[in-house]
Amino acid sequence: MDNLHLVLPEIFLSLSIMFLLILGVFKKNSFYLIHNISLIVLLITAVITFNETTSINKELLFNQSVIIDPLSSLMKIVTLLAAFTVLTVSTNYLKIFNIFKIEYSVLILSSVLGMMIMISANDLIVFYMGLELQSLALYVLATFNRENLKSSEAGLKYFVLSALSSGLLLYGCSLIYGFSGSTNFEVISTQLNSNEYALTFGIVFILVGLAFKISAVPFHMWAPDVYEGSPTTVTLFFTIVPKIAALTVFIRFLYVPFLNLVDQWQMIIIFLSIASMLLGAIAAIGQTNIKRIIAYSSIGHIGYALAGLSTGSNDGIQSSIVYIIIYIIMNLGFFSCLLMLKRNNEYYESLDDLSGLSKNHPLLSLSLLIILFSLAGIPPLAGFFAKFYIFKSVIEQSMYFLAIIGLLSTVVAAFYYLRIIKIIYFDNEKEKFDNDHNSWLKFSLALSTILILFYFIFPSKIIEVVSRINII
Amino acid sequence: MNFPIISALILLPMIGSIFLFFSKDSSENKSTTKYVALFTSVVNFLLSIYLWILFDSTISDFQFIEDRNWLVGFVNYKVGIDGISILFIILTTFITPLCILSVNNTIKNRLRDFLIAILVMESFMIGVFCALDLFVFYLFFEAGLIPMFLIIGIWGGPRRVYSAFKFFLYTLLGSVLMLVAIISIYWITGTTDVVQLYELGIDVKFQNLLWLAFFSSFAVKTPMWPFHTWLPDAHVEAPTAGSVLLAAILLKMAGYGFIRFSLGLFPLASEFFTPLIYTLSVIAIIFTSLIALMQEDMKKLIAYSSVAHMGFVTLGVFTIKQQGIEGSIIQMISHGLVSAALFLCVGVVYDRMHSRLINTYGGIVSIMPKYSVLFMLFTLAALGLPGTSGFIGEFLILMGVFRDNFLVAVIASFGVILGAAYMLWLYKRVVFGKLINKELKKMIDLNKTEYLILISLAIPTLFFGFYPDPLINTIEVSVNDLINMYNLNLLTKS
Repeated sequence: MDNLHLVLPEIFLSLSIMFLLILGVFKKNSFYLIHNISLIVLLITAVITFNETTSINKELLFNQSVIIDPLSSLMKIVTLLAAFTVLTVSTNYLKIFNIFKIEYSVLILSSVLGMMIMISANDLIVFYMGLELQSLALYVLATFNRENLKSSEAGLKYFVLSALSSGLLLYGCSLIYGFSGSTNFEVISTQLNSNEYALTFGIVFILVGLAFKISAVPFHMWAPDVYEGSPTTVTLFFTIVPKIAALTVFIRFLYVPFLNLVDQWQMIIIFLSIASMLLGAIAAIGQTNIKRIIAYSSIGHIGYALAGLSTGSNDGIQSSIVYIIIYIIMNLGFFSCLLMLKRNNEYYESLDDLSGLSKNHPLLSLSLLIILFSLAGIPPLAGFFAKFYIFKSVIEQSMYFLAIIGLLSTVVAAFYYLRIIKIIYFDNEKEKFDNDHNSWLKFSLALSTILILFYFIFPSKIIEVVSRINII
Repeated sequence: MNFPIISALILLPMIGSIFLFFSKDSSENKSTTKYVALFTSVVNFLLSIYLWILFDSTISDFQFIEDRNWLVGFVNYKVGIDGISILFIILTTFITPLCILSVNNTIKNRLRDFLIAILVMESFMIGVFCALDLFVFYLFFEAGLIPMFLIIGIWGGPRRVYSAFKFFLYTLLGSVLMLVAIISIYWITGTTDVVQLYELGIDVKFQNLLWLAFFSSFAVKTPMWPFHTWLPDAHVEAPTAGSVLLAAILLKMAGYGFIRFSLGLFPLASEFFTPLIYTLSVIAIIFTSLIALMQEDMKKLIAYSSVAHMGFVTLGVFTIKQQGIEGSIIQMISHGLVSAALFLCVGVVYDRMHSRLINTYGGIVSIMPKYSVLFMLFTLAALGLPGTSGFIGEFLILMGVFRDNFLVAVIASFGVILGAAYMLWLYKRVVFGKLINKELKKMIDLNKTEYLILISLAIPTLFFGFYPDPLINTIEVSVNDLINMYNLNLLTKS
């Protein structure tokens, strides 16, 4: 096999995970060591991915079951970097809750490995393997704070619902296999045609399963509870990293095996998108817990990303990818702020705790202000451009209804983002929070704020990167 | 011309606000921060005057155009000015230093943040008036919401939160449809560059819908009846400087938008919807004048009078006659000066008595003679007395409307009388009459800063009232060209 080097990142990552596990068993109190090694491993993997795969146009490996193309290499790098940032900002939080264990880093690494396999999957079985690897790691991560009742509940809920959705997915896969006679995406694509009505069931089951993973309405019920119950750093991980892989898999399914069935799935995706945008905007209004608000906000944002996918064009796919990348940056910034709301070793996550934050912590509040306006999609911040690319590709396909619903729901969503800003800036101040933050935390907040604020100076850089992705 | 003077105008306040951001916000530092902001805005004003001098009013093309790659393959950062936009830019750069001067008494806490917000606002507003690309225009148009939301919300009155939210959400709701329209225009014609769009024209079958989408945004921002309800709330709760910016410049963005985009890009649709605009404008003029008569709150009264005045503006724009459009532009400039001055006048007594209710006052002519004289001047300018800039605008507009539609002109003229009624009545109740409220005796007359601000607003009001030629000369060629293009489009397309 002369092209084995293309999966070198995965090989390196899995070997490192085994090494770290053994190290953790034989060396006592090796939390810091393993945490730091994990960081380095993630970075090295990202570098290898960058070196080995970015120039590849399209390569198939392992009997055509794994695909390396610009989409997979970009999404892998984004996943790795996002996971890296999550790990860097986690330390303080974990220490305070006394859950700074070696398993945390190792579990994150394994779920990242699962995601990388998902991203590269070109075969139903490989895809399912990757999905399960990442899900199993995520179940454990959700319950990571096992002393906490809510965390255990979150893990259990996530496990049950996720298992259900995996079941649906498998059923869908078996239907598709039955109709096409193959598990390979490209073979399926040539075998399928829209005359088979029973085939639509297979597609629906697969889309439902994926919608569960990406928490699109109406399969979103687990998200607010799981996000609220899990430790905040794990919530951060949940809100950004699995979304990248899930979105990639969405793109792959829709545009490789199901490409000829656009008419069958387009309505479903449009429905998922509109429902997510609307629910994400409306349901967040009544919430008082910041993590729940972010859960609904992320549901809404997934709705916008799906709107890009529903267009059936390369432009749409690219705009979704740009959207998800900008969304990651905004969420990273927001959670960095959330992780700074600490007073006497206790974290605060209710909206009221933010009250009057701007008087005691002007810089932190300014960052929050920028991030929130960006999440609401107000120009000239990055969030606006993300939405703009989506609507540009949606309107190109003359889907005016979707565009107008989407933009109207940004107005509704603006309300609850404004409400947070109101609490921070207009309300009376409370006690000060601690100022002794980990420098990684400060760095990630500063970096994401600056990226969001000054995105408008070089708005085409990200498009240049993404424009190499041509699935269709 | 190599020096990017327009970008400099946009960037300078930003740079000033970055300086302020790194300065310390403390009570000892107050005057320093204020001087930094003042210096920035005055330099910007001088720069814009310099631009006016360089500006060649005999040609109708856009001048000082800057065209840079921005969103590659889609939108270029393109700015430039013609006779219409230069006046609004100067209005903006002229009003901003006065706002900064006026903060002395009104803003007690977080002065530095307030000045940053004002400066950022200034650069967005200048951006709106010189954008030559629909997308760039939208960007500046919407971005202005952020600082204004904070100005109302942080430094506003007791119901500030409600007003700030109403302002923000109303305007955002109006604008999102415009974004859909802008993207549609891109897919229909392949560009969002205004200059190219003027030449290309937009397919007739899309014009009506696109016009309505732009209208939804501009009607809220103007504000036209019945989309005006956010304005009184926002005005009443905003701090004086915020009200001034809102009335003097923010409202003009929409009037400018009507001229530049609705008329320029969709001539057929504008022709088709002119009756709608006429109806709404006339209702606005009569209805809000009547509401203004009933107000107890001075700021609310002036806010409603703004709606009525903007009704004249929209009326004038859609006459598509030389006089009508020129009148509208002069009316906007004049209203920018006069309403700013009136809000500052209210601010002066509010700072002393902390009440905006009309019946708190009465008979202050004997205590504050200087104030009374200046207030008188602006009251008369607001009702359009000959010799003030208000007269020129209203007169030209009514002339344009008379040529177009006699009935509308008659009703609108009736609005002028109502305008005189509520403004004079306001003046009478505040300044004349018996001094009943003993508290008022403690009030002192205008201090130096207030005097300076009001005088600097009074001079152009009177000057352009007697000698409007500089304004008319600047806009004449551009307006003429716009109307010619409009008529040409009507002929060829229909």
